[in-house]
Amino acid sequence: MAAVAGDNHRLRLVVRYMVLTLIAIIFIFPLVFMVMSSLKPDQQLLSDTGSLRAFLPVGDLSFDNYRDAFARAPVGLFVFNSMLVTGVTVVLSLLICSLAAFSFVFLNWTGKGVVLSIILATLIVPFETIAIPLLLIASQLPWIGAEGLTFGWLNTYRIQIVPFIADGLTIYLFVQYFKDLPAELIEASRVEGATWLQIYRRVVMPLSGPVLATAAILKFLVMYNQYLWPLIVVQQESYRPVMVGLQYFFQLNIAWGEVMAYLSLITLPVLAFYLVLQRAFIASIASTGVKG
Amino acid sequence: MNHLKLTAGALTLSTMLASPLLAQTELTMWYHGAGNEVESNIINQIVSDFNASQSDWSVSLESFPQGAYNDSVVAAALAGNLPDILDVDGPVMPNWAWAGYMQPLPLDESLIEDFLPGPKGYWDGELYSIGLWDAAVALVTRQSTLDALGLRTPTLEEPWTGEEFMAALDAAKASGDYEYAFDLGMAWTGEWYPYAFSPFLQSFGGDIVDRSTYLTAEGALNGDAALEFGEWWQSLFAEGYAPGTSQDPADRDNGFVEGKYAFSWNGNWAALNALNAHDDTLFLPAPDFGNGPKIGAASWQFGVSGTSEHPDGAAAFIEFALQDQYLADFSNGIGLIPATASSAQMTENYADGGPMAVFFELTEAQALVRPVTPGYVVAAKVFEKALADIANGADVADTLDAAVDEIDNDIEANSGYGHN
Repeated sequence: MAAVAGDNHRLRLVVRYMVLTLIAIIFIFPLVFMVMSSLKPDQQLLSDTGSLRAFLPVGDLSFDNYRDAFARAPVGLFVFNSMLVTGVTVVLSLLICSLAAFSFVFLNWTGKGVVLSIILATLIVPFETIAIPLLLIASQLPWIGAEGLTFGWLNTYRIQIVPFIADGLTIYLFVQYFKDLPAELIEASRVEGATWLQIYRRVVMPLSGPVLATAAILKFLVMYNQYLWPLIVVQQESYRPVMVGLQYFFQLNIAWGEVMAYLSLITLPVLAFYLVLQRAFIASIASTGVKG
Repeated sequence: MNHLKLTAGALTLSTMLASPLLAQTELTMWYHGAGNEVESNIINQIVSDFNASQSDWSVSLESFPQGAYNDSVVAAALAGNLPDILDVDGPVMPNWAWAGYMQPLPLDESLIEDFLPGPKGYWDGELYSIGLWDAAVALVTRQSTLDALGLRTPTLEEPWTGEEFMAALDAAKASGDYEYAFDLGMAWTGEWYPYAFSPFLQSFGGDIVDRSTYLTAEGALNGDAALEFGEWWQSLFAEGYAPGTSQDPADRDNGFVEGKYAFSWNGNWAALNALNAHDDTLFLPAPDFGNGPKIGAASWQFGVSGTSEHPDGAAAFIEFALQDQYLADFSNGIGLIPATASSAQMTENYADGGPMAVFFELTEAQALVRPVTPGYVVAAKVFEKALADIANGADVADTLDAAVDEIDNDIEANSGYGHN
């Protein structure tokens, strides 16, 4: 009887792993295709697409496409620009949005329900509908820098960062998470004389690992994939991000190998960021246990 | 005293050296060639040569990838951030001129008398832009194919009639040697459709809009000639002559070279690839469907932005760029048709007897610019969708009527786009 139960358990395990492996393959095959294609000359790449060879490191393999991609476009500059804009925006967004959410959840002030509703309402407004008005505003904004007072933020990093620091979705994520934190912790801290900023910094944020990781990943993806906004506010190559840079590879005769090499290169930071935060995400859940 | 003399001398010398630079007024220029190393090198060379050739103007160049260029210009126009010198795709120019993104180009028109008609960008009776090259489409095949199918070789003087062309497709289809008789390049979308396919419509006697007024597409896009064209167009796919909208882009790029298609409708930019693969490649004129053989014309051109305060400087640069040597450089570099016969003689491919010289002759003989109206940018998209729908089996008359309505509504919504 025990042997039968053991066999059933093993069978279930095998089936489960087979299903999980299949799902993993479905998710990972596009990446494998991209990387393998980046190593093949165009003629072979195109002829392999109809068979399993497209996913295998077979045929005439080389790093020529990578060399050519770097020759065609300043790939390093584009990745740097995107990483800078994305990194700064993510950090500032986590700070500003969590502070806003903290205010909405824990502080009492008149009209906060209405303000929160207005912020949440922005979730249903597509960015494309406000892009042009935003562009008109951005082109007139003042700035004090090395050249004194100037007007217009076009062709800068800040124009790619500032409009995206605060957004309804990130605030909503923090609000929902903060609402589930034990009220006793906040009350105890207040009783012991902690200021609101101290509570934010020393009580709430240390317990917010999961939502920080989630919000960071979502924000990172949105910012790293920005196309329309930098397209219309950045006219100088020195500020262009990776997605606009992708257009460098779509000439009359598209060199697909170079496209795949470029995509492989710009995907690396995304994968690395996700893997790092995935660990933080799991660790946060395992360590906080606030609901226990 | 010696120190004083030395200082005065140094100041004088530095002032003399600096004065030409200080006198130069900076002009900004945008170009669509980022990502194309050869093209970028040539335009950079022209800018560099111009800046060194005189002391009044200094051009600074910013390159954009082509796919992002038009949107960037429109956004910059809204933000009041246009450069002095723009390059613009020929059929888009009237829209940008009408919208105020461009101003007339103050160029002595005697300088462009010898230019092919396609590169000259006229709108509302004024020159707004001028191109250094043109592009042309031909019916690509092989001499061995014509011989095997027993077909005569059409010439500019005596192109195939519509009947002869369909007989050629029938022969290719009946031979069983090809996956399809005719490759139209349906895998390419966007501007390819109106550029490459509206000449067929025009050869039938129709058009995208009525060019006599530019106020309607009624009659032009849904009249008898257009209906005849639409039925013919649909038959190409329904009867298996040509791959449809689901054509694999890889087949578009390599299908003819690999022998999958007997005939291919393709541009001069793809000609060298075909010639390298088969030395008996032929570039034949468009067939005549009753109203004369037609091919598209007009490619990228230079012009002055509507906000430039230095149109004379911008024109000076453009005039400088029109030298035969630069026209030839672009042609040798990226394979396009040089805008003048004299510059064609300086090229490897378009000189008399050159492997692609026929494209220059095709452009001279058959080219027709796309409708010269600001509404073209919308009409082109409507036309593209209509042709794709018809290729996919939609009712020809209904589809063309709907396209006419959409184009007319757009013209009306924009108060006729300046046409009265």
